[in-house]
Amino acid sequence: MKWADIKEKLRWCAYLASEAYNMPYRSTVARARREQDDLFMLLIFSEMMGIPNPATYYTLELQPIMLERFHDWHTRMGMEHSPLDGFRCC
Amino acid sequence: MSAIVLAVIGLVAISSGYFFYSKFIAEKIYQLDPDFETPAHTMRDDVDYIPTHRIVLWGHHFTAVAGAAPIIGPAIAVIWGWLPAFIWVIGGTIFFAGVHDFGAIWASVRNRGTSVGSFSGDVVSPRARTLFMIVIFFLLLMVNAVFAVAISDALVASPSAVIPVWSAIAVAIVIGVLIYKVGVPILWPTIIGTIILYVVIYVGDRVPVELPEVFLGLGAAPQWIVILFAYALVASLLPVWLLLQPRDYINGIQLIIGLGLLFGAVFIANPTIVAPAFNTNVPDGTPPLIPLLFVTIACGAISGFHGLVASGTTAKQLNKETDARFVGYLGSSGEGLLALVTIIAVTAGFASLAEWEATYAAFGTTGIATFVAGGSTIIAAGTGLPVEFAATLLAVMAVLFAGTTMDAGVRLQRYIIQEWGTIYKIPTLQNGYIATFLAVGACLALAFGAGGADGQGGMSIWPLFGTTNQLLAGLTLLVISIMLVKLRRRYIFTLVPMVFVTIMAFLAALYQLWDLFTSQQYVLVGLDILIVIAAIFVLLEATSAFFREKRAAAAPSG
Repeated sequence: MKWADIKEKLRWCAYLASEAYNMPYRSTVARARREQDDLFMLLIFSEMMGIPNPATYYTLELQPIMLERFHDWHTRMGMEHSPLDGFRCC
Repeated sequence: MSAIVLAVIGLVAISSGYFFYSKFIAEKIYQLDPDFETPAHTMRDDVDYIPTHRIVLWGHHFTAVAGAAPIIGPAIAVIWGWLPAFIWVIGGTIFFAGVHDFGAIWASVRNRGTSVGSFSGDVVSPRARTLFMIVIFFLLLMVNAVFAVAISDALVASPSAVIPVWSAIAVAIVIGVLIYKVGVPILWPTIIGTIILYVVIYVGDRVPVELPEVFLGLGAAPQWIVILFAYALVASLLPVWLLLQPRDYINGIQLIIGLGLLFGAVFIANPTIVAPAFNTNVPDGTPPLIPLLFVTIACGAISGFHGLVASGTTAKQLNKETDARFVGYLGSSGEGLLALVTIIAVTAGFASLAEWEATYAAFGTTGIATFVAGGSTIIAAGTGLPVEFAATLLAVMAVLFAGTTMDAGVRLQRYIIQEWGTIYKIPTLQNGYIATFLAVGACLALAFGAGGADGQGGMSIWPLFGTTNQLLAGLTLLVISIMLVKLRRRYIFTLVPMVFVTIMAFLAALYQLWDLFTSQQYVLVGLDILIVIAAIFVLLEATSAFFREKRAAAAPSG
């Protein structure tokens, strides 16, 4: 067996091991990450929803970046349409 | 009789089941379609729905369904002789479990990957969905209690396993931190972690740990039960990446090494089965073979719990519908093999019939410890390892396995209680800590109610756990049968197993009612009454739904 073959086999083993490690908990970890993201989203748009946020000056800059994910967020939070009056995303 | 003959017959039968019977079911009954777009593609969200390579999915499915149950069940059930247990394990795996697990995946894939409990409401009736919820709740309640009792018994019987079992938690945490926080590639932590685990097994073998015989009025086994639940309480509150994830992973590796070692040793040592094929000399108090055999061995022959994993999680990750056969049928075949090697260990691992009969002196007193005693003799004979070391190795494997089931069970139960808090608007129940305390408290009460306090009850709760498990399997098979009736396909292959397991579970529940009442185990009597009621409802529901759908299918359409 050539060295390259052995390396290929090892790589396949490493792939299987990492899938075996990660797969069972992928959804749990992804869900936890999404919950943190949701909270972050709430912080960024908090002023628009009437919740005072002392960091608005800084979070304002992030709004255009987060806007892409805004639709997903409000539908996941159980609101069919955007809850904000300022702009409508759908 | 030679154990190799039994192993070969079992292996050939299970392989034929996969190559021929499951092919027939896949092509003629479930009619799998390679072009059908599975929910993993149509509803892909990379959280729950994600197409996965079938080998990886099989590995996950197998480790999720395999617990200590295929070890404990056969270790109790060979009291009637090895042949009935062998026939039920092999026949059950081929004709019952495979069709059930595989069918649950197929049915779920055809119902947007939702769990069988939730789509039973649409396929059968809303009553069926309520029945599912009730039976699942009982099952979870019992799973934790039963495994706590099993682990505590094993730790008392094998004091050398104490250090390795608890060290495994430390090893898991270190692996978790290395992979998740430091970002080390997985291969090295795996290899070094496994080596450390085996070094600790050696240390444990040298330094056995025993709890005091009586402490605060509790014997050694009940003390372990309290410690285990205290651990489960902490474990279920920790983030999954820190403990549960690496723990599951190293336990999976342990299982593969342990099983390989045991099967290899059987073929090298070729031990003789000393137990009788049919035990005509069963100890006093042993219940009748029919129906108790069919609930004593649940996992390893057919288990309703598999349907929960198959439909809730696996179906959401199925890349192609045709993969369902590989993942579902082979997943249950793996469990069957674990049960098979247990049968061999507990019937061929003893020197003589007299020694075997001394071990099987009463029903329900055997379990993990018996498997460890028998299996270690075979490993020692086959590999030349010292018998004490082999015993520690098997005990650690079985205890770790039961431990992860318990961890997951407590966590699931906590989610159910929190969900009730949301549904019935009770904010206190929604609190994670309170829900966990309630979950642990309920299981602890059941573990002691099942005879843990004096250590005499042993595994008297085990057949009741099997009964609930079989009822759940019956419900899942009912849903699959109804789907087949609606599609105007042959339903006999799922209906016959459904009728069989449900009737056996019902008869077993009735028998145990009397048995538990005369032995004054009133907590379990109460639980059993609820299970009998659930069983009656399952049978009634099945009959009415089945004939209703048959009439509907027979009526001319349009």
